[in-house]
Amino acid sequence: MELPVISNTQPAAEGGGCSSSGCGTAPDALGHLPDHIRAKVQDHPCYSEEAHHYFARMHVAVAPACNIQCNYCNRKYDCSNESRPGVVSEVLTPKQAINKVLAVAAEIPQMTVLGIAGPGDPLANPARTFETFEQLSERAPDIKLCVSTNGLNLPMHVDRIAQHNIDHVTITINCVDPEVGAKIYPWIFWENKRIFGVEGARILIEQQQLGLQMLTDRGILVKVNSVLIPGVNDEHLKEVSKIVKAKGAFLHNVMPLIAEAEHGTYYGIMEQPEPTPEMLQDLQDACAGDMAMMRHCRQCRADAVGLLGEDRGDEFTMDKIDVMEVDYEAAMVRRKVVHDEIIEKLDAKRGIVKPKAETSGIPADARPVLMAVAGKNGVVAEHFGHAKEFLIYEASPAGARFMSHRKTELYCGGMDACGDGDLAEAGTESLLDRNIRILEGCEVVLCSKVGFEPWAKLEAAGIAPNGEHAMEPIEDAVMAVYKEIAATGKLSPAAETLKVA
Amino acid sequence: MALQITESCVNCWACVDVCPNEAIYQDTPHFLVDDSKCTECLGDHSVPQCAAICPIEMAIVDELGAFLNPPGSLTGIPIEKLKQFGLWKEAA
Repeated sequence: MELPVISNTQPAAEGGGCSSSGCGTAPDALGHLPDHIRAKVQDHPCYSEEAHHYFARMHVAVAPACNIQCNYCNRKYDCSNESRPGVVSEVLTPKQAINKVLAVAAEIPQMTVLGIAGPGDPLANPARTFETFEQLSERAPDIKLCVSTNGLNLPMHVDRIAQHNIDHVTITINCVDPEVGAKIYPWIFWENKRIFGVEGARILIEQQQLGLQMLTDRGILVKVNSVLIPGVNDEHLKEVSKIVKAKGAFLHNVMPLIAEAEHGTYYGIMEQPEPTPEMLQDLQDACAGDMAMMRHCRQCRADAVGLLGEDRGDEFTMDKIDVMEVDYEAAMVRRKVVHDEIIEKLDAKRGIVKPKAETSGIPADARPVLMAVAGKNGVVAEHFGHAKEFLIYEASPAGARFMSHRKTELYCGGMDACGDGDLAEAGTESLLDRNIRILEGCEVVLCSKVGFEPWAKLEAAGIAPNGEHAMEPIEDAVMAVYKEIAATGKLSPAAETLKVA
Repeated sequence: MALQITESCVNCWACVDVCPNEAIYQDTPHFLVDDSKCTECLGDHSVPQCAAICPIEMAIVDELGAFLNPPGSLTGIPIEKLKQFGLWKEAA
């Protein structure tokens, strides 16, 4: 079966936005899918930008083994201070995983999705992975099952995936050219041998593409993840996007490379640059012509629990779960009530056409402006210095459009926290300078308050700080500021980049 | 003859699943090889399976203590960088 790909035209202003919580383009990003596919994904937090504000997900770390090496991964994965893929605090047996899922589902009724994503490759751990899925589909039939894989063992397990009703699969595809692959994957384990270099990459790519085709032939939804690695696969990802679309993937998620020396990865130690937020956005925009792009991914841990962007894993460590008593039958009844309420709310929202943003006074040919917002729950809420991430919006005469999120914090406390000692100190750049640097390309930053020092530095960087819209809905605030700028005449196409107002 | 697992092991289970002799067992702080069962895969495979899938350099050694995957052999990180970051060892 051929799955159509969502058209990814720019959302219209009236649909654009998730005012209930402040990040995510729009319900209409999935709007062009056929009904039966949209029904499968519109309540899935990892696929639907809208749903991720209401529904939570969890990963269980039952899959420690891996069959390939990626240059962005260090298999010493046990670090509780980091939040990134491949990292977990404790590996679980399938039995422990089931107990954890039931406990979380009872405690967090909006958790609707269970994924197995590592810390290695789920399909390199088929016994542990499929035992977990099998028991869950029996004992918690109201939970959606997902799996994320590098694809090497995918073709041999496609039938089991179909058999366990796993209708969402994510494949990480970073390349379709073995020469590019050899720069990303030093080796794979295949047919009882370790195979290095171009030959290993060639086999991996073949299996990924075959697996993708086999899944879409069976009507299983496939999302493709790609890691953007500047100078290695950046231009190449445009081709990847075209090819996976042609094979029937329904969503493409391009994520930035994480490469810090203190993580001990090849790319980290070899000082491979990470993409700037602008590079990521440009590439996502370039691929968007071919493919529905996902922009709300938070690159979570292989044992994450909760809404995207939050991690409640600490509440559900095995010692705590062991003493919890879970009546899942009763929990399922409660869960159903909560799910119905959320769906009702979402349906109501999807049905309502939001009044068009107030755009009078903005010339139709005004140039777009990027603004960073320290937002929470849909409003401009955070102090500049407290924001863990900024939501990037583009304001244009058509309205406000969510573009991406940019994290402010360092990903990790450093190798000291992981017990490895003498890795070099991260640079001497202050956190404030770093946070200002990640706002590159933005002309305004909206937050509830800004301190004196950051205010001056922001102005010096050509970014206008704005604390005048605290607690206002994000899109209203963005458009109000855009209008103010328009009134100064600085948005005519020929005008120079906006300076501090 | 038997291989051994060193303290570099990260307990990822990969070797357990591919050992044809079920010679690897879970222990604390890391997995161990039962030397009465390990054949170094002679007769089953052309290379020892644990060492062929192990992602961690220096984690598998032979009877003489030699690394089957010496520093730099799997990640491609140059020796001088490994030394700089304290990730290099001469022998087990």
